[in-house]
Amino acid sequence: MTYHWDFYTVLQSFDLLIWGVWTTFLYTVGSILIGIVVGLASCFARLSRFWWLRLLSRSYQELFRCTPLLVQILWAYYALPMLLGISISNTTAGLLTLSLYVGSFYAEIFRGGILAVDKGQREASAAIGMSGVQSMRYIIMPQAIKNMLPAFINQSVIQLKNTSLLYAISLAELTYMTSVVTSETYRPLEAYSMAAILYFAMLFPLTQVADHYERRMRRSD
Amino acid sequence: MTNTSSPVIAVRGLGKSFGKLEVLTGIDLDLMPGEVLGVIGPSGSGKSTLIRCLNMMEQPTSGSLTFQGRAVSAKFRGRGGAIGTGELRRKVGMVFQHFNLFPHLSVLGNITAGPVKVLGEPVAKAEAHAMDLLGQVGLADKAQAFPAHLSGGQKQRVAIARALAMRPEVLLLDEVTSALDPELVGEVLAVIRRLAEAGMTMVLVTHEMGFAADVASRVLFMEAGRIAEQGSAEQILRNPTSERLRAFLSRFHS
Repeated sequence: MTYHWDFYTVLQSFDLLIWGVWTTFLYTVGSILIGIVVGLASCFARLSRFWWLRLLSRSYQELFRCTPLLVQILWAYYALPMLLGISISNTTAGLLTLSLYVGSFYAEIFRGGILAVDKGQREASAAIGMSGVQSMRYIIMPQAIKNMLPAFINQSVIQLKNTSLLYAISLAELTYMTSVVTSETYRPLEAYSMAAILYFAMLFPLTQVADHYERRMRRSD
Repeated sequence: MTNTSSPVIAVRGLGKSFGKLEVLTGIDLDLMPGEVLGVIGPSGSGKSTLIRCLNMMEQPTSGSLTFQGRAVSAKFRGRGGAIGTGELRRKVGMVFQHFNLFPHLSVLGNITAGPVKVLGEPVAKAEAHAMDLLGQVGLADKAQAFPAHLSGGQKQRVAIARALAMRPEVLLLDEVTSALDPELVGEVLAVIRRLAEAGMTMVLVTHEMGFAADVASRVLFMEAGRIAEQGSAEQILRNPTSERLRAFLSRFHS
């Protein structure tokens, strides 16, 4: 039995798929930006001298790293509104969960980058009278950023794929839009193949950029 | 003009323990302006810990430390008359065994970081001073180079210039030639000698006995966390009295 491929039907709904690509892009960038802020806050809380800050950030990180993202998304959309007694749009639930999720990974990446900076750097900056804040800002962070860049870019690339889970709460990102196209054209093979091609087209250049940075970093060592 | 009769740094009954391990006990010391204090002793005798207590890189667990008569606080900003670590380290500079230059900054950047960010000096003034210091350590042509491109001796001379850029009153040198290839040691010692001749108050933890004999006005021999013997360089290094000191010195060929 041979299958008759028919991409033409699917391509007629290409504008829907492109809408999905754009939404995917927005959620990716949005959650990455918020995730960076959250990740930095959690990272510095983890490195703080106050035990309760360390506990708070550790709990947050473990919670988001030890539960599946899909479960987190469904919980944020279905369970959280009941708990708080307010309605939460799928946009809010989706963006919030994605940001907190990637933030917990970023926090570990930032912390790793900072801890990888030689202890002597903190000592030398202290020895010329710099405060902790000055030392972090002018001496530690610039070096930490170089350390953490490959892992950070990697995680951000993964984040793009994570947006596909928003399908579960009917957000119009690429996977969801593909399911819409499938229900209209009855061509799941062509539709999902098209989706895979589109994801690949988005991710391949990004992974090449990530590899390029990793090679550059290793060369400069 | 500093008051030459009172010590710059005074230490009384200083002790430092890491948990149960007592690294320093009962240290009494007066560092006078203009003096070059050599600190020698076997590994584990506490000499590095002692010098690191002088700028509060290590916090003493007992005893007292004063700088120009003011009590030294463990906090960044001191309260009352006490001097905080921020202010202390602006006046007491340190050069490390492993240089610890900032790899992401040029040589000029390394030297101007302190004056610009900590002292608030205008960049042009800090750079002019930095170039002057680089000239003094013989590295004026390396201003735009990065630490990764320098030899060990050059890195250490930049590190000395970086410490001097803060215009400190005291310079602490913690085994600054121990990590250098032998042929590079001389260039660093030459810089230190010139500083001593110019009257900089210094504490020098070193294994270079010949150099200590030349440059130090006073030498401390440390053992097991205590000052075992002290005296002029002449007394300690040329005419050691205690058996232990003689045994220690016999390991060096100077």
